[in-house]
Amino acid sequence: MSFFRVDGVSLQFGGLKAVDNVSFAVNEGEIFTIIGPNGAGKTSIFNLISRLYDPSAGHLYFGDRDITALPAHTIAKMGIARTFQNIELFENATLLANLLVGRHCHTRTRLWQELLFLPTVKRAERQHRAKVEEVIDLLELQAYREKIISGLPYGVRKVTELARALCSEPKLILLDEPSSGLNVEETDDMSFWIRDIKNELGITVLMVEHDMTLVNRVSDRVLALNYGRVLASGTPAEVQSHPDVIAAYLGT
Amino acid sequence: MLDFIQQLVSGIALGCVYGLIALGFVLIYKATEVVNFAQGDLMMLGGFFAYTFISLLGLGYWWGFLLAVLSMGLFGMLIERLLVRPILGYPQFAIVMATIGLGYFLRSAAGMIWGTDDLKIDNPFASGVIRIGNLVLAHDKLSVIVATLILCATLYLFFNQTRLGTAMRATSENMLAAYYMGIPVKRVVSLIWAISAMVAACAGVLLAPITFIHTNVGLALGLKAFPAAVLGGFGSIPGALAGGVIIGVIETMAGFYLPAGWKDVAPYLVLLGVLLLRPEGLFGMVARKKV
Amino acid sequence: MQFFFKTTYDQDLRLIQHRGQLIAYLLLLGALAAAPLLLSSYLQSQFVFVFIYAIVGVALMILTGFTGQGSLGHAAFLAIGAYTTAYLQSKGVPFAGAGLFALDLNLPWLGPGKLWLPHLGYFLWAGLLTGIIGAIVGFPALRLHGIYLLIATISFAFIVEEILARWESVTHGNEGLRVRALQAWGVEIPTNQVSFYYLCLAVLVLVIIGTLNLMRSPTGRAFIAIRDSETAAKSMGIDIAAYKVKSFAISAAITGLAGSLYAHKLSFISPEMFTLLLSIEFVMVIIIGGAIGLHGAVLGAIFIVMVDPLLTWVKDDVPSLAAGIANVLGLGAGRAQALEQSLNSIASAAGLKGAIYGVIIMLFILFEPMGLYGRWLKIKLFFQLFPLYKRASFKRQKTYVKTERNR
Repeated sequence: MSFFRVDGVSLQFGGLKAVDNVSFAVNEGEIFTIIGPNGAGKTSIFNLISRLYDPSAGHLYFGDRDITALPAHTIAKMGIARTFQNIELFENATLLANLLVGRHCHTRTRLWQELLFLPTVKRAERQHRAKVEEVIDLLELQAYREKIISGLPYGVRKVTELARALCSEPKLILLDEPSSGLNVEETDDMSFWIRDIKNELGITVLMVEHDMTLVNRVSDRVLALNYGRVLASGTPAEVQSHPDVIAAYLGT
Repeated sequence: MLDFIQQLVSGIALGCVYGLIALGFVLIYKATEVVNFAQGDLMMLGGFFAYTFISLLGLGYWWGFLLAVLSMGLFGMLIERLLVRPILGYPQFAIVMATIGLGYFLRSAAGMIWGTDDLKIDNPFASGVIRIGNLVLAHDKLSVIVATLILCATLYLFFNQTRLGTAMRATSENMLAAYYMGIPVKRVVSLIWAISAMVAACAGVLLAPITFIHTNVGLALGLKAFPAAVLGGFGSIPGALAGGVIIGVIETMAGFYLPAGWKDVAPYLVLLGVLLLRPEGLFGMVARKKV
Repeated sequence: MQFFFKTTYDQDLRLIQHRGQLIAYLLLLGALAAAPLLLSSYLQSQFVFVFIYAIVGVALMILTGFTGQGSLGHAAFLAIGAYTTAYLQSKGVPFAGAGLFALDLNLPWLGPGKLWLPHLGYFLWAGLLTGIIGAIVGFPALRLHGIYLLIATISFAFIVEEILARWESVTHGNEGLRVRALQAWGVEIPTNQVSFYYLCLAVLVLVIIGTLNLMRSPTGRAFIAIRDSETAAKSMGIDIAAYKVKSFAISAAITGLAGSLYAHKLSFISPEMFTLLLSIEFVMVIIIGGAIGLHGAVLGAIFIVMVDPLLTWVKDDVPSLAAGIANVLGLGAGRAQALEQSLNSIASAAGLKGAIYGVIIMLFILFEPMGLYGRWLKIKLFFQLFPLYKRASFKRQKTYVKTERNR
């Protein structure tokens, strides 16, 4: 029983096969990267895992649970969190509010308790806030706590996406192009944080990336996709020297 | 059977008026994604303008019709310039409320200027009928149906086949991108409001023989035209007409065959039923954000 | 300049951030409590309407301002609350108290009979029943967005109005129902008494506190998440369907409570009092007040309810006032006379109220989209930053249409 497994999954939009019979397994505690040209189906696979799309064939397994048909909102509670390629933050709320929503899957309080704001609720709110502050400390977002998202620069919003995913204390985190739009220094920071996520927080990372330097620096294993199909899979060195991958994506 | 056809024609005619107003909604929505709750009141105003030109100034039916339509076109551009252009890009809810406010204002202003009595205009359709066997079809209803079909066909071709129509659709999808692509966005938006107001004016004048002209006619019909536009799927020109006709026919049939009170509720029940099954309306496009 | 140094998480959780706020709110409450002793009974009565409108404004804020579900059908919820009140009152149920009441039923196979139900007074029943209906309305609304949702709520409101007019055995149809004075735990509170004023004020304060509690807890954050990005909310574990239904239910329940008070205030209800125009007035409350915070609901309610007295004053006093001013400025008696007459004719024209409503809405949306509360925040910021306030602080950026069809 592997930590996370994708088994023969296909996704079809009318005549277009976005994902074509893709299978791979992710081991616990590793950093697994999916690479490939644009349109290869990488984000589609993430959307299948988050249950925003339904696969037309195949199964997805998290531990020993078949998650193929579960509703989207149950995934977070199971311990899978994700970031979005084109940032999906709550634009009109403060950064703190965004991160607190990330804690939602750990809500234990009921509606009637909240209406009266009983001490149970107050204690729970303090705990949520403490956990969120841990993430803020890790990602150095202290200066932006009370700022409204729509006024923040792009780099900070990318980090906020990551922070919000971390706030739900996941076992598996899906990072969709974490370094896109970031400059060299920010990408360095991101690579350190990804390694911290694995080493300090013990979270398994499943990542889509284009920046091969970052991929080489952090990944344990790599999967290459093209036109929805698997091209190669293995260690970064193996995949990067695979002739199909070079022809389709990396060039010489 | 005869009664049925009679009622059907009445229903289609009423539906065509709804369809024309719904068409006005859809036009503005297609170009700017604004829902103009004052569309019915623009129709009412068109009727009043026609009254002024035809009866008060004595210009004769066709000249008055033409002038009313043209002046409403200008009025539409004025509204766009003063009210709509500054608030494009605001959340939809705010824009909707602004148009509701406009509607309030137009109704009250019309009442203050022309008075609150029912007004009539002399028109060539008032009394003529066509007889097909035992069937009697009134000219005023037929004129509405014919005019609606012509307008709808013209506008549909305009939107789908001409560059200007495509420009309008682009403007509503992403206005900033439209600006970058060199589309004269301000002119496009002005034009669409002018066209929409002119369509509303046509509806107002065509409806005058059937319901007379008074200040509340816009609100009552506008509120029925809404379900029509939504039923057809907001954003589809043939859909607006289809929705209008469906609502008109259901309302007339319900009024004739069902006990009192159902006439007003039936269209809304049908609308809710359709929305339950197809949330984007009959001809609407399903759109989902790609993340 | 003011700066608040935070040292504990609790300071962010508290309802009242610092002592200055506490004093301000206590003064406000004190002024409102003392008002009926100082104001004329007409103004006192208008204040009661302000409280009722503010309660509905808060309810609408929860649904529209915080969860992003536009609704033009809240008059229907108000009507359901009002009619529940009138109906249960006719069954002998008090406003608040405990006991049983009987519903006369005529079931298809079982024949006529009585169904005994417990009650804690019809006030809570009004809220409960309206909340249940709100939840039922919430289900089909799950898949509808934007304009489709607005139309669906309008349709719902029309259908409710029609049902109220046709279901004559319960509602007396268009004849209407009389609502007798309020009875709670054996105490009678007639509507024109000060105690009714305090009751409405108390309900408003409790509703506001409850809503503030809601918004600082996970459910409130879930509402805002649904408004801003449903996709992200789903990925964070928020069950969109459940929370939308909750939002509808809570909003409807609060409106139902307001309906109960409304029924008492009017002491006579009939279906044509709960039209679309009333729903539009409620939405105007939050748009004019500002859809950013609960203060907006209260400010908007004050504005909307006070338009009528304002208009009366305009009709009665302004023409002569203007003539007087013209006289003082030396324009001559003839001109002053003409001015007074023309102002009189404008002011007494039918439909002036509608025109003014319309113009006010348009002006607010054009020039003050954040509403009265927004203006208040700007003024506060000016004084807080004095003398370093920058004039362009709230300069509106040019906005462009970006389609809301893809959410």
